[in-house]
Amino acid sequence: MEKRVVFRHAWLPYLLLLPQLAITLVFFIWPASQALYQSVLRQDPFGLRTAFVGLQNFERLFSDPTYLNSFQVTVVFSLAVAALSMGAALLFAVMADRVIRGAMAYKTLLIWPYAVAPAVAGVLWWLLFNPTIGFMAAVLDRLGYDWNHFVDGGDALLLVILASAWKQISYNFLFFLAGLQAIPRSLIEAAAIDGAGPARRFWTIVFPLLSPTTFFLLVVNVVYAFFDTFGVIHATTSGGPGQATTILVYKVFSDGFIGLNLGSSAAQSVVLMSIVIALTVIQFRYIERRVHY
Amino acid sequence: MAEIGFAGVKKSYGDTRVIHGIDMQIADGEFVVIVGPSGCGKSTLLRMVAGLETITEGEISIGGRVVNGLEPKDRDIAMVFQNYALYPHMSVYENMAYGLKIAKMSKAEIEQRVQAAAGMLELGHLLQRKPRQLSGGQRQRVAMGRAIVRDPSTFLFDEPLSNLDAKLRVQMRLEIKQLQRRLGTTSLYVTHDQVEAMTLADRLIVMNAGVAEQIDTPMAIYERPASQFVAGFIGSPAMNFLPAEISGDGRRLSLTHGLDLRSQGLDLGNLGGRTVRVGVRPEHLRLVDTAEAELHLLVRLVETLGADLLAHGHLVPAEGAPSEAAEEIVTVRLPGVARVREGDTLTLRAAEDSLHLFDPETGKRLADV
Repeated sequence: MEKRVVFRHAWLPYLLLLPQLAITLVFFIWPASQALYQSVLRQDPFGLRTAFVGLQNFERLFSDPTYLNSFQVTVVFSLAVAALSMGAALLFAVMADRVIRGAMAYKTLLIWPYAVAPAVAGVLWWLLFNPTIGFMAAVLDRLGYDWNHFVDGGDALLLVILASAWKQISYNFLFFLAGLQAIPRSLIEAAAIDGAGPARRFWTIVFPLLSPTTFFLLVVNVVYAFFDTFGVIHATTSGGPGQATTILVYKVFSDGFIGLNLGSSAAQSVVLMSIVIALTVIQFRYIERRVHY
Repeated sequence: MAEIGFAGVKKSYGDTRVIHGIDMQIADGEFVVIVGPSGCGKSTLLRMVAGLETITEGEISIGGRVVNGLEPKDRDIAMVFQNYALYPHMSVYENMAYGLKIAKMSKAEIEQRVQAAAGMLELGHLLQRKPRQLSGGQRQRVAMGRAIVRDPSTFLFDEPLSNLDAKLRVQMRLEIKQLQRRLGTTSLYVTHDQVEAMTLADRLIVMNAGVAEQIDTPMAIYERPASQFVAGFIGSPAMNFLPAEISGDGRRLSLTHGLDLRSQGLDLGNLGGRTVRVGVRPEHLRLVDTAEAELHLLVRLVETLGADLLAHGHLVPAEGAPSEAAEEIVTVRLPGVARVREGDTLTLRAAEDSLHLFDPETGKRLADV
């Protein structure tokens, strides 16, 4: 159903849109165009000389092995974060959906991690896994695993994946729970009468009916892993050891603000921007059209 | 094929008792309808048979086997839900085949069963569609198909027609009845619609507040309602109720407003001196000459239904002013050809044996006159 509002004056709708447009212009369009502009320039670290270099920044970027490595790390990182946080959230949501007594308490507790700032979440996990004082590191040590994310790139990546996924579980949990509660009870009952046990009911009825939620969350989580995990990484591993946890967004920061290579950093931003645009387009096209049962 | 037995079946949620003890036997192949107002416990009772609610006390047996501890899938039942509960992501075929696949039936057998059911329900051309591409009536048929393919011993229907429009409801009602006759499967059907209940049932259970008020054939319930509740619930428009008193010798039955009913040959000796409630159905009141009249109805409102008309009004004394009209609204059903206008006074008499006397306290039926 479409609602059409008729304005009496032609300028009124523009006036009403003005605040939003102003914010979008100042905080999104302007910086984005700055990035685009910067990406075709080369500037010395002190900003004294600037030269137009065309697409050279991009050419260099895609022939740079550290950048390609960062791409790979990002893909592994974001898929792992999405899978881990969504898997755990789905499990919790299914459990919480069954709880009758004290359901509110469970749900409230499960939502808390979302209120924790990314950097704090990172530090929390960093402490837990700290090779000298961390509880989890000590447990792993007992089990015969020598955990050290300061040295071992794999351990470091796992740590940031855990911390990032943990923080996103709450968000996914909320959506999954809402999705589960939107499935009519009678469907589950019909399946039970048809002879399906709990596991079978979940995989043949519940999970397919959750697919719109799952797909939406997949896109949201990948975007989260790409961009919002900066704080986690900065507070725990700072992209190291080596380049083991330098995801694309972290590399934008380290190249631009530490390496002071603004042209390359801007070019990386532009690449990231196109990735987000692509993800958003996929999300809209698929969620609106394909994922319907 | 199976009989269903209820023995002292009770249900409580915490301290709240919602079903107060049901005892009955449903014969093999019988179509039994549970009817009652919302909240009377009829759906709960059905869901207890299905295994979707636990049984607090008593026993339910299906085919001679006590099913209290059995999972729904082990009870050999199929259920049709009010909202159909079709799996929205599966085609009509997959919906019907779902239970059979789980039962590990062979592909060929599944195909054959689904096709047979689809043929019976005229769904053959819709098998590849998704539920959302179907009309309400078609969805209803798919839900029935899903029940039929499993060839269960018992069908359970939970208000299956309430989501359909009036015309479709009448049509599907007929189809369900015919189908049940053909398959001869024991059926338990829950509805709040008394017309549905009357037309479908071999036997009717009228429930009120967790109690089975009366269990009998539809006609027996219509003709001899066991309580004032049943009398008022079954029959449309509802029965009229009027307060009355029986004289000490049981020879006079007078309405509180001074009108005598059944002046000749009345003998209610055993009920002498009691206050009662007189019930009479709108269709049992007939237009008669003034000399024979028992009741005088001052018409306030006329509803024409075509074949019939309903006149609603208040009883007045034979030669009284309208201001002396009784409070209760009395409804009369007359043939559509009758010319009645608002403001007319109708002279009426109730048919023989159509006055039902109820105890005003307990609501129990006392006698017919």
